[in-house]
Amino acid sequence: MTATRAEYCVIACAEAWRDAGEILASPMGLIPSLGARLARLTFAPDLLLTDGEAMLVRPDGTVEGWLPYRQHLALVTGGRRHVMMGASQIDRYGNQNISCIGDWEQPRRQLLGVRGAPVNTLNNPTSYWVPRHSRRVFVEKVDMVCGVGYDHIGYDHGAGARFHRIPRVVSDLGVLDFATPDHSMRLASLHPGVSVEEVAEATGFPLSVPADVPYTREPTAQELTLIREVLDPAGARVREVAA
Amino acid sequence: MTADEAVSRLESGMTLGIGGWGSRRKPMALVRALLRTEITDLTVVSYGGPDVGMLAAAGRLRALVAPFVTLDSIPLEPHYRAARERGALTLTEIDEAMFMWGLRAAANRLPFLPVRAGLGSDVMRVNPGLRTVTSPYDDGETFVAMPALRLDAALVHVNRADRLGNGQCLGPDPYFDDLFCEAAEKAYVSCERVVDTAELTKEGPPQSLLLKRHTVTGVVEAPGGAHFTSCAPDYGRDEVAQREYATTPWPEFAGRYLDGRTT
Repeated sequence: MTATRAEYCVIACAEAWRDAGEILASPMGLIPSLGARLARLTFAPDLLLTDGEAMLVRPDGTVEGWLPYRQHLALVTGGRRHVMMGASQIDRYGNQNISCIGDWEQPRRQLLGVRGAPVNTLNNPTSYWVPRHSRRVFVEKVDMVCGVGYDHIGYDHGAGARFHRIPRVVSDLGVLDFATPDHSMRLASLHPGVSVEEVAEATGFPLSVPADVPYTREPTAQELTLIREVLDPAGARVREVAA
Repeated sequence: MTADEAVSRLESGMTLGIGGWGSRRKPMALVRALLRTEITDLTVVSYGGPDVGMLAAAGRLRALVAPFVTLDSIPLEPHYRAARERGALTLTEIDEAMFMWGLRAAANRLPFLPVRAGLGSDVMRVNPGLRTVTSPYDDGETFVAMPALRLDAALVHVNRADRLGNGQCLGPDPYFDDLFCEAAEKAYVSCERVVDTAELTKEGPPQSLLLKRHTVTGVVEAPGGAHFTSCAPDYGRDEVAQREYATTPWPEFAGRYLDGRTT
Protein backbone atom coordinates (compact mmCIF):
# COMPACT_ATOMS: atom_id res chain seq x y z
CA MET A 1 0.00 0.00 0.00
CA THR A 2 1.31 3.46 -0.87
CA ALA A 3 0.60 6.21 1.63
CA THR A 4 -0.91 9.49 0.48
CA ARG A 5 0.41 12.92 1.51
CA ALA A 6 -2.47 13.28 3.97
CA GLU A 7 -1.49 9.96 5.53
CA TYR A 8 2.14 11.03 5.93
CA CYS A 9 0.77 14.11 7.67
CA VAL A 10 -1.27 11.91 10.03
CA ILE A 11 1.88 9.92 10.87
CA ALA A 12 3.91 13.11 11.40
CA CYS A 13 1.24 14.43 13.78
CA ALA A 14 0.93 11.11 15.62
CA GLU A 15 4.71 11.10 16.22
CA ALA A 16 4.33 14.31 18.23
CA TRP A 17 2.74 12.22 21.00
CA ARG A 18 5.28 9.36 21.02
CA ASP A 19 6.52 8.64 24.55
CA ALA A 20 4.20 11.37 25.90
CA GLY A 21 2.90 9.12 28.69
CA GLU A 22 -0.39 9.63 30.51
CA ILE A 23 -1.20 13.14 29.34
CA LEU A 24 -3.97 14.79 27.35
CA ALA A 25 -3.48 14.98 23.58
CA SER A 26 -5.26 18.13 22.38
CA PRO A 27 -5.32 18.11 18.58
CA MET A 28 -6.97 20.98 16.69
CA GLY A 29 -7.91 20.19 13.11
CA LEU A 30 -8.83 16.90 11.46
CA ILE A 31 -5.39 15.50 10.62
CA PRO A 32 -3.95 16.20 14.09
CA SER A 33 -7.05 14.50 15.54
CA LEU A 34 -6.45 11.43 13.39
CA GLY A 35 -2.81 11.52 14.46
CA ALA A 36 -3.63 11.68 18.16
CA ARG A 37 -6.12 8.82 17.92
CA LEU A 38 -3.68 6.77 15.86
CA ALA A 39 -0.98 7.31 18.48
CA ARG A 40 -3.43 6.31 21.22
CA LEU A 41 -4.37 3.12 19.35
CA THR A 42 -0.77 2.11 18.69
CA PHE A 43 2.40 3.38 20.35
CA ALA A 44 0.95 5.79 22.97
CA PRO A 45 -1.82 3.81 24.69
CA ASP A 46 -1.80 5.93 27.85
CA LEU A 47 -2.86 9.15 26.08
CA LEU A 48 -6.05 10.88 27.17
CA LEU A 49 -8.37 12.17 24.44
CA THR A 50 -11.46 14.41 24.50
CA ASP A 51 -14.59 14.37 22.37
CA GLY A 52 -13.83 17.98 21.44
CA GLU A 53 -16.12 19.17 24.21
CA ALA A 54 -16.34 18.26 27.89
CA MET A 55 -15.80 14.50 27.87
CA LEU A 56 -12.68 12.35 28.03
CA VAL A 57 -13.23 9.44 25.68
CA ARG A 58 -11.56 6.27 24.48
CA PRO A 59 -10.90 6.11 20.72
CA ASP A 60 -14.19 4.24 20.25
CA GLY A 61 -16.08 7.08 21.92
CA THR A 62 -16.61 5.41 25.31
CA VAL A 63 -16.68 8.13 27.96
CA GLU A 64 -14.01 7.69 30.65
CA GLY A 65 -14.01 11.10 32.28
CA TRP A 66 -15.26 14.66 32.54
CA LEU A 67 -13.17 17.65 31.47
CA PRO A 68 -15.18 20.89 31.28
CA TYR A 69 -13.27 24.02 30.25
CA ARG A 70 -12.42 25.04 33.82
CA GLN A 71 -10.73 21.68 34.44
CA HIS A 72 -9.16 21.72 31.00
CA LEU A 73 -7.50 25.04 31.87
CA ALA A 74 -6.22 23.55 35.13
CA LEU A 75 -4.84 20.63 33.17
CA VAL A 76 -3.03 23.08 30.87
CA THR A 77 -1.34 24.89 33.75
CA GLY A 78 -0.61 21.56 35.42
CA GLY A 79 1.33 20.73 32.28
CA ARG A 80 -0.09 17.24 31.63
CA ARG A 81 -0.97 18.02 28.04
CA HIS A 82 0.54 18.34 24.57
CA VAL A 83 -1.56 20.53 22.31
CA MET A 84 -1.30 20.83 18.54
CA MET A 85 -2.75 24.17 17.49
CA GLY A 86 -3.29 25.77 14.11
CA ALA A 87 -1.37 28.85 13.00
CA SER A 88 -2.47 31.62 10.65
CA GLN A 89 1.12 32.86 10.85
CA ILE A 90 4.26 31.33 12.37
CA ASP A 91 7.78 32.70 12.35
CA ARG A 92 11.29 31.26 12.55
CA TYR A 93 11.31 31.17 16.36
CA GLY A 94 7.87 29.59 16.59
CA ASN A 95 5.84 32.67 17.45
CA GLN A 96 2.29 31.91 16.32
CA ASN A 97 -0.59 34.19 15.37
CA ILE A 98 -4.30 33.35 15.23
CA SER A 99 -5.56 36.79 16.31
CA CYS A 100 -5.49 39.17 13.37
CA ILE A 101 -3.62 40.17 10.21
CA GLY A 102 -2.25 43.68 9.97
CA ASP A 103 -2.24 46.32 12.65
CA TRP A 104 -3.89 45.06 15.84
CA GLU A 105 -5.60 48.43 16.52
CA GLN A 106 -7.62 48.12 13.33
CA PRO A 107 -6.73 44.86 11.64
CA ARG A 108 -6.89 44.23 7.95
CA ARG A 109 -8.36 40.83 8.80
CA GLN A 110 -9.74 39.97 12.21
CA LEU A 111 -9.22 36.28 12.98
CA LEU A 112 -10.18 34.24 16.06
CA GLY A 113 -8.33 36.02 18.84
CA VAL A 114 -5.44 34.80 21.00
CA ARG A 115 -7.59 31.99 22.48
CA GLY A 116 -5.43 29.86 24.82
CA ALA A 117 -2.18 30.23 22.89
CA PRO A 118 -0.44 32.40 25.51
CA VAL A 119 -1.23 30.02 28.38
CA ASN A 120 -0.59 26.91 26.32
CA THR A 121 2.89 27.91 25.25
CA LEU A 122 4.08 28.83 28.75
CA ASN A 123 2.70 25.70 30.38
CA ASN A 124 2.69 22.62 28.19
CA PRO A 125 4.33 21.41 25.00
CA THR A 126 2.68 23.15 22.04
CA SER A 127 3.08 21.91 18.47
CA TYR A 128 1.51 23.36 15.35
CA TRP A 129 -0.27 22.05 12.29
CA VAL A 130 -0.26 23.98 9.01
CA PRO A 131 -2.27 22.25 6.26
CA ARG A 132 -0.97 24.56 3.51
CA HIS A 133 2.70 25.47 3.82
CA SER A 134 3.13 28.90 2.25
CA ARG A 135 4.86 32.25 2.65
CA ARG A 136 1.57 33.68 3.91
CA VAL A 137 1.79 31.38 6.94
CA PHE A 138 5.57 30.99 7.42
CA VAL A 139 6.44 34.66 7.80
CA GLU A 140 9.48 36.64 8.89
CA LYS A 141 7.53 38.22 11.75
CA VAL A 142 4.01 37.49 12.96
CA ASP A 143 1.57 40.41 13.24
CA MET A 144 0.46 39.42 16.77
CA VAL A 145 2.35 37.04 19.05
CA CYS A 146 -0.29 34.67 20.46
CA GLY A 147 1.72 31.48 20.96
CA VAL A 148 5.10 32.45 22.42
CA GLY A 149 8.21 31.58 20.42
CA TYR A 150 11.74 30.84 21.60
CA ASP A 151 12.96 34.42 21.17
CA HIS A 152 10.26 35.76 23.50
CA ILE A 153 10.74 33.55 26.55
CA GLY A 154 13.60 35.48 28.06
CA TYR A 155 11.28 38.08 29.59
CA ASP A 156 12.16 36.96 33.10
CA HIS A 157 15.82 36.06 32.71
CA GLY A 158 14.81 32.71 31.36
CA ALA A 159 12.25 31.75 33.98
CA GLY A 160 9.56 31.86 31.31
CA ALA A 161 11.29 28.95 29.65
CA ARG A 162 10.55 26.62 32.56
CA PHE A 163 7.73 24.79 30.85
CA HIS A 164 8.03 26.24 27.33
CA ARG A 165 8.58 23.79 24.49
CA ILE A 166 7.58 23.69 20.82
CA PRO A 167 8.29 20.10 19.84
CA ARG A 168 7.33 20.31 16.17
CA VAL A 169 5.51 22.07 13.37
CA VAL A 170 3.85 19.69 10.92
CA SER A 171 2.88 21.00 7.49
CA ASP A 172 1.68 19.39 4.30
CA LEU A 173 5.29 19.50 3.07
CA GLY A 174 7.23 18.19 6.04
CA VAL A 175 8.10 18.40 9.71
CA LEU A 176 9.96 21.32 11.25
CA ASP A 177 11.48 21.69 14.69
CA PHE A 178 13.69 24.06 16.67
CA ALA A 179 16.66 21.77 17.36
CA THR A 180 19.26 24.42 16.49
CA PRO A 181 21.63 26.34 18.78
CA ASP A 182 19.47 29.51 18.66
CA HIS A 183 16.13 27.62 18.48
CA SER A 184 15.39 28.88 14.99
CA MET A 185 13.28 26.67 12.78
CA ARG A 186 14.89 23.67 11.16
CA LEU A 187 13.65 21.30 8.49
CA ALA A 188 13.43 17.98 10.36
CA SER A 189 11.90 15.78 7.67
CA LEU A 190 10.34 15.97 4.23
CA HIS A 191 7.20 14.11 3.33
CA PRO A 192 8.09 11.73 0.47
CA GLY A 193 7.71 13.50 -2.86
CA VAL A 194 8.69 16.92 -1.49
CA SER A 195 12.08 18.60 -2.10
CA VAL A 196 14.10 20.90 0.13
CA GLU A 197 13.77 23.59 -2.53
CA GLU A 198 9.99 23.31 -2.47
CA VAL A 199 9.90 23.87 1.31
CA ALA A 200 12.39 26.75 1.13
CA GLU A 201 10.36 28.37 -1.63
CA ALA A 202 7.16 28.17 0.46
CA THR A 203 8.82 29.59 3.59
CA GLY A 204 9.11 33.34 4.14
CA PHE A 205 12.40 33.18 6.07
CA PRO A 206 15.66 31.23 5.77
CA LEU A 207 15.22 27.76 7.23
CA SER A 208 18.00 25.81 8.84
CA VAL A 209 18.50 22.80 6.59
CA PRO A 210 20.75 19.91 7.69
CA ALA A 211 23.06 18.31 5.11
CA ASP A 212 20.91 15.20 5.09
CA VAL A 213 17.19 15.73 5.54
CA PRO A 214 15.38 12.46 6.21
CA TYR A 215 11.97 11.61 4.87
CA THR A 216 8.98 11.41 7.21
CA ARG A 217 8.74 7.74 8.18
CA GLU A 218 6.51 5.32 6.33
CA PRO A 219 3.28 4.27 8.03
CA THR A 220 3.14 0.60 8.95
CA ALA A 221 0.56 -1.59 7.26
CA GLN A 222 -1.37 -1.68 10.54
CA GLU A 223 -1.34 2.13 10.79
CA LEU A 224 -2.60 2.54 7.23
CA THR A 225 -5.41 0.11 7.90
CA LEU A 226 -6.36 1.97 11.07
CA ILE A 227 -6.37 5.33 9.26
CA ARG A 228 -8.35 4.06 6.28
CA GLU A 229 -10.77 1.64 7.89
CA VAL A 230 -11.19 2.72 11.50
CA LEU A 231 -10.33 6.40 12.02
CA ASP A 232 -11.35 8.02 8.73
CA PRO A 233 -13.23 5.55 6.53
CA ALA A 234 -15.01 8.41 4.73
CA GLY A 235 -11.65 9.85 3.64
CA ALA A 236 -12.26 13.33 5.03
CA ARG A 237 -8.47 13.79 5.41
CA VAL A 238 -8.07 14.59 1.71
CA ARG A 239 -10.19 17.70 2.25
CA GLU A 240 -7.48 19.03 4.59
CA VAL A 241 -4.51 17.86 2.53
CA ALA A 242 -5.08 16.81 -1.09
CA ALA A 243 -3.58 13.48 -2.09
CA MET B 1 -39.58 38.44 35.53
CA THR B 2 -39.61 38.81 31.76
CA ALA B 3 -36.54 39.34 29.61
CA ASP B 4 -37.67 42.91 28.99
CA GLU B 5 -38.00 43.54 32.74
CA ALA B 6 -34.53 42.11 33.33
CA VAL B 7 -32.83 44.34 30.78
CA SER B 8 -34.80 47.37 32.02
CA ARG B 9 -32.50 47.17 35.08
CA LEU B 10 -29.47 47.73 32.86
CA GLU B 11 -28.06 51.09 31.83
CA SER B 12 -25.91 52.53 29.11
CA GLY B 13 -22.21 52.52 29.95
CA MET B 14 -22.37 49.38 32.11
CA THR B 15 -19.89 46.50 32.10
CA LEU B 16 -21.84 43.33 31.29
CA GLY B 17 -20.59 39.77 31.60
CA ILE B 18 -22.26 37.34 29.21
CA GLY B 19 -22.05 33.62 29.98
CA GLY B 20 -21.74 30.62 27.69
CA TRP B 21 -18.83 29.98 25.34
CA GLY B 22 -18.59 30.75 21.60
CA SER B 23 -21.90 29.67 20.13
CA ARG B 24 -22.84 27.55 23.13
CA ARG B 25 -25.50 28.27 25.78
CA LYS B 26 -25.53 32.02 25.17
CA PRO B 27 -28.37 33.97 26.85
CA MET B 28 -29.78 35.02 23.48
CA ALA B 29 -33.31 35.84 24.72
CA LEU B 30 -31.73 38.38 27.11
CA VAL B 31 -29.40 39.70 24.39
CA ARG B 32 -32.38 40.06 22.07
CA ALA B 33 -34.27 41.97 24.76
CA LEU B 34 -31.23 44.17 25.29
CA LEU B 35 -31.13 44.91 21.55
CA ARG B 36 -34.77 46.06 21.73
CA THR B 37 -33.78 48.78 24.21
CA GLU B 38 -31.77 51.92 23.55
CA ILE B 39 -29.01 50.81 25.94
CA THR B 40 -25.58 51.44 24.44
CA ASP B 41 -21.95 52.27 25.19
CA LEU B 42 -21.53 48.86 26.81
CA THR B 43 -18.37 47.07 27.86
CA VAL B 44 -18.96 43.36 27.33
CA VAL B 45 -16.90 40.63 28.99
CA SER B 46 -17.42 37.36 27.14
CA TYR B 47 -15.98 34.13 25.77
CA GLY B 48 -17.44 35.64 22.65
CA GLY B 49 -20.02 34.30 20.25
CA PRO B 50 -23.07 35.78 18.50
CA ASP B 51 -23.82 37.81 21.65
CA VAL B 52 -20.77 39.91 20.81
CA GLY B 53 -21.45 39.88 17.07
CA MET B 54 -24.99 41.17 17.47
CA LEU B 55 -24.16 43.89 19.98
CA ALA B 56 -21.25 44.99 17.78
CA ALA B 57 -23.38 44.98 14.64
CA ALA B 58 -26.02 47.07 16.41
CA GLY B 59 -23.38 49.58 17.53
CA ARG B 60 -23.99 48.98 21.25
CA LEU B 61 -20.42 48.04 22.17
CA ARG B 62 -17.93 50.59 23.32
CA ALA B 63 -15.47 47.97 24.48
CA LEU B 64 -14.98 44.23 24.57
CA VAL B 65 -12.95 42.03 26.89
CA ALA B 66 -12.47 38.63 25.25
CA PRO B 67 -9.94 35.92 24.34
CA PHE B 68 -11.79 35.13 21.07
CA VAL B 69 -15.07 35.56 19.25
CA THR B 70 -16.37 32.57 17.27
CA LEU B 71 -19.51 30.83 16.08
CA ASP B 72 -17.75 27.41 16.47
CA SER B 73 -19.09 25.78 13.29
CA ILE B 74 -18.38 29.10 11.55
CA PRO B 75 -14.92 29.87 12.97
CA LEU B 76 -14.88 33.63 12.38
CA GLU B 77 -17.82 35.73 13.65
CA PRO B 78 -18.63 37.92 10.62
CA HIS B 79 -20.28 40.86 12.41
CA TYR B 80 -17.59 41.09 15.08
CA ARG B 81 -14.96 40.83 12.39
CA ALA B 82 -16.50 43.70 10.42
CA ALA B 83 -16.69 45.85 13.56
CA ARG B 84 -13.01 45.24 14.34
CA GLU B 85 -11.93 45.89 10.78
CA ARG B 86 -13.66 49.27 10.79
CA GLY B 87 -12.17 50.06 14.21
CA ALA B 88 -15.58 50.32 15.83
CA LEU B 89 -14.73 49.07 19.32
CA THR B 90 -11.99 49.05 21.92
CA LEU B 91 -10.66 45.56 22.50
CA THR B 92 -9.04 44.15 25.61
CA GLU B 93 -7.67 40.93 24.16
CA ILE B 94 -6.60 38.46 26.83
CA ASP B 95 -5.91 34.75 26.99
CA GLU B 96 -8.64 32.24 27.94
CA ALA B 97 -6.93 31.42 31.24
CA MET B 98 -6.28 35.09 32.09
CA PHE B 99 -9.98 35.69 31.50
CA MET B 100 -10.97 32.91 33.92
CA TRP B 101 -8.57 34.16 36.59
CA GLY B 102 -9.94 37.68 36.14
CA LEU B 103 -13.43 36.38 36.90
CA ARG B 104 -12.12 34.36 39.85
CA ALA B 105 -10.37 37.42 41.26
CA ALA B 106 -13.60 39.42 41.04
CA ALA B 107 -15.63 36.59 42.61
CA ASN B 108 -13.10 36.39 45.46
CA ARG B 109 -12.93 40.17 45.99
CA LEU B 110 -9.24 40.15 45.10
CA PRO B 111 -7.64 42.94 43.05
CA PHE B 112 -5.78 40.39 40.91
CA LEU B 113 -4.61 36.80 40.73
CA PRO B 114 -1.22 35.63 39.44
CA VAL B 115 -1.28 33.65 36.23
CA ARG B 116 1.42 31.99 34.15
CA ALA B 117 0.08 33.30 30.85
CA GLY B 118 0.49 36.36 28.71
CA LEU B 119 4.18 36.99 29.34
CA GLY B 120 6.23 36.88 26.15
CA SER B 121 3.10 37.31 24.04
CA ASP B 122 1.66 40.45 22.46
CA VAL B 123 -1.15 40.34 25.01
CA MET B 124 1.29 42.46 27.04
CA ARG B 125 1.89 44.84 24.12
CA VAL B 126 -1.79 45.46 23.36
CA ASN B 127 -2.73 45.77 27.05
CA PRO B 128 -0.08 48.17 28.37
CA GLY B 129 -2.00 48.46 31.65
CA LEU B 130 -1.26 44.84 32.62
CA ARG B 131 1.18 44.53 35.50
CA THR B 132 3.36 41.65 36.63
CA VAL B 133 3.98 40.27 40.10
CA THR B 134 7.00 38.36 41.37
CA SER B 135 6.65 35.39 43.67
CA PRO B 136 7.74 36.33 47.22
CA TYR B 137 9.00 32.76 47.76
CA ASP B 138 12.31 31.22 46.76
CA ASP B 139 11.31 30.49 43.15
CA GLY B 140 11.07 34.21 42.40
CA GLU B 141 9.06 33.60 39.22
CA THR B 142 7.26 36.50 37.55
CA PHE B 143 3.60 36.21 36.64
CA VAL B 144 0.95 38.39 35.10
CA ALA B 145 -1.18 39.98 37.85
CA MET B 146 -4.51 39.47 36.13
CA PRO B 147 -6.83 42.23 37.37
CA ALA B 148 -10.30 41.34 38.61
CA LEU B 149 -12.98 41.45 35.90
CA ARG B 150 -15.69 43.11 37.95
CA LEU B 151 -19.10 43.23 36.31
CA ASP B 152 -22.04 45.55 36.84
CA ALA B 153 -24.31 42.77 35.67
CA ALA B 154 -24.11 39.23 34.34
CA LEU B 155 -26.45 37.59 31.84
CA VAL B 156 -26.45 33.79 31.67
CA HIS B 157 -28.73 31.02 30.41
CA VAL B 158 -29.16 27.60 32.05
CA ASN B 159 -31.47 24.62 31.64
CA ARG B 160 -33.59 24.90 34.80
CA ALA B 161 -34.00 27.32 37.68
CA ASP B 162 -36.41 27.87 40.51
CA ARG B 163 -38.02 31.28 41.10
CA LEU B 164 -35.45 32.11 43.77
CA GLY B 165 -32.51 31.89 41.39
CA ASN B 166 -31.13 28.43 42.06
CA GLY B 167 -29.92 27.56 38.57
CA GLN B 168 -29.29 24.12 37.15
CA CYS B 169 -26.96 23.19 34.31
CA LEU B 170 -27.87 19.81 32.83
CA GLY B 171 -25.34 19.88 29.98
CA PRO B 172 -21.79 18.54 30.16
CA ASP B 173 -20.02 21.90 30.50
CA PRO B 174 -21.00 24.63 32.99
CA TYR B 175 -18.55 26.94 31.18
CA PHE B 176 -17.97 29.82 33.62
CA ASP B 177 -21.55 30.90 34.26
CA ASP B 178 -21.36 30.62 38.05
CA LEU B 179 -18.20 32.76 38.04
CA PHE B 180 -19.92 35.40 35.91
CA CYS B 181 -22.73 35.58 38.50
CA GLU B 182 -20.28 35.71 41.43
CA ALA B 183 -18.21 38.43 39.74
CA ALA B 184 -21.26 40.65 39.13
CA GLU B 185 -23.21 43.16 41.21
CA LYS B 186 -26.42 41.81 39.69
CA ALA B 187 -27.05 38.64 37.73
CA TYR B 188 -30.02 37.90 35.46
CA VAL B 189 -30.52 34.25 34.66
CA SER B 190 -32.74 32.96 31.91
CA CYS B 191 -33.65 29.29 31.80
CA GLU B 192 -35.44 26.80 29.61
CA ARG B 193 -37.96 26.11 32.35
CA VAL B 194 -38.72 27.47 35.80
CA VAL B 195 -39.43 24.57 38.15
CA ASP B 196 -40.34 24.12 41.79
CA THR B 197 -37.27 23.93 44.01
CA ALA B 198 -38.02 20.30 44.87
CA GLU B 199 -37.90 19.41 41.16
CA LEU B 200 -34.30 20.51 40.74
CA THR B 201 -32.67 17.48 42.31
CA LYS B 202 -35.06 15.11 40.55
CA GLU B 203 -33.75 16.00 37.11
CA GLY B 204 -30.03 16.12 37.83
CA PRO B 205 -27.42 15.32 40.48
CA PRO B 206 -26.60 17.93 43.18
CA GLN B 207 -23.48 19.06 41.31
CA SER B 208 -25.69 20.22 38.42
CA LEU B 209 -27.00 23.00 40.72
CA LEU B 210 -24.52 25.48 39.34
CA LEU B 211 -25.96 28.85 40.37
CA LYS B 212 -26.82 29.75 43.96
CA ARG B 213 -29.72 32.11 44.61
CA HIS B 214 -27.62 34.58 46.64
CA THR B 215 -25.69 35.37 43.43
CA VAL B 216 -28.79 35.75 41.25
CA THR B 217 -30.94 38.88 41.03
CA GLY B 218 -33.68 37.81 38.66
CA VAL B 219 -34.90 34.71 36.85
CA VAL B 220 -36.49 34.75 33.40
CA GLU B 221 -38.28 31.75 31.96
CA ALA B 222 -37.22 31.66 28.31
CA PRO B 223 -37.83 28.37 26.48
CA GLY B 224 -35.40 28.26 23.57
CA GLY B 225 -33.63 31.15 25.27
CA ALA B 226 -30.19 30.18 23.93
CA HIS B 227 -31.36 29.70 20.35
CA PHE B 228 -29.65 29.59 17.83
CA THR B 229 -26.72 28.63 20.05
CA SER B 230 -26.68 25.18 21.66
CA CYS B 231 -28.22 24.32 25.02
CA ALA B 232 -27.33 20.71 25.73
CA PRO B 233 -29.15 18.49 26.49
CA ASP B 234 -32.33 20.45 25.64
CA TYR B 235 -31.26 21.25 22.07
CA GLY B 236 -28.25 21.53 19.82
CA ARG B 237 -27.14 24.52 17.80
CA ASP B 238 -29.55 25.53 15.01
CA GLU B 239 -26.99 25.60 12.21
CA VAL B 240 -29.50 26.78 9.62
CA ALA B 241 -30.47 29.81 11.72
CA GLN B 242 -26.83 30.50 12.57
CA ARG B 243 -25.86 30.40 8.90
CA GLU B 244 -28.70 32.80 8.15
CA TYR B 245 -27.44 35.14 10.88
CA ALA B 246 -23.90 34.94 9.51
CA THR B 247 -24.84 35.63 5.91
CA THR B 248 -27.62 38.21 6.27
CA PRO B 249 -26.91 41.94 6.59
CA TRP B 250 -27.57 42.83 10.23
CA PRO B 251 -30.44 45.34 9.78
CA GLU B 252 -32.37 42.81 7.74
CA PHE B 253 -31.69 39.98 10.18
CA ALA B 254 -32.49 42.18 13.17
CA GLY B 255 -35.85 43.06 11.62
CA ARG B 256 -36.80 39.40 11.57
CA TYR B 257 -35.03 38.26 14.72
CA LEU B 258 -35.49 40.74 17.54
CA ASP B 259 -39.16 40.07 18.18
CA GLY B 260 -38.71 36.37 18.82
CA ARG B 261 -37.08 33.19 17.72
CA THR B 262 -36.18 32.72 14.10
CA THR B 263 -36.99 29.10 13.53
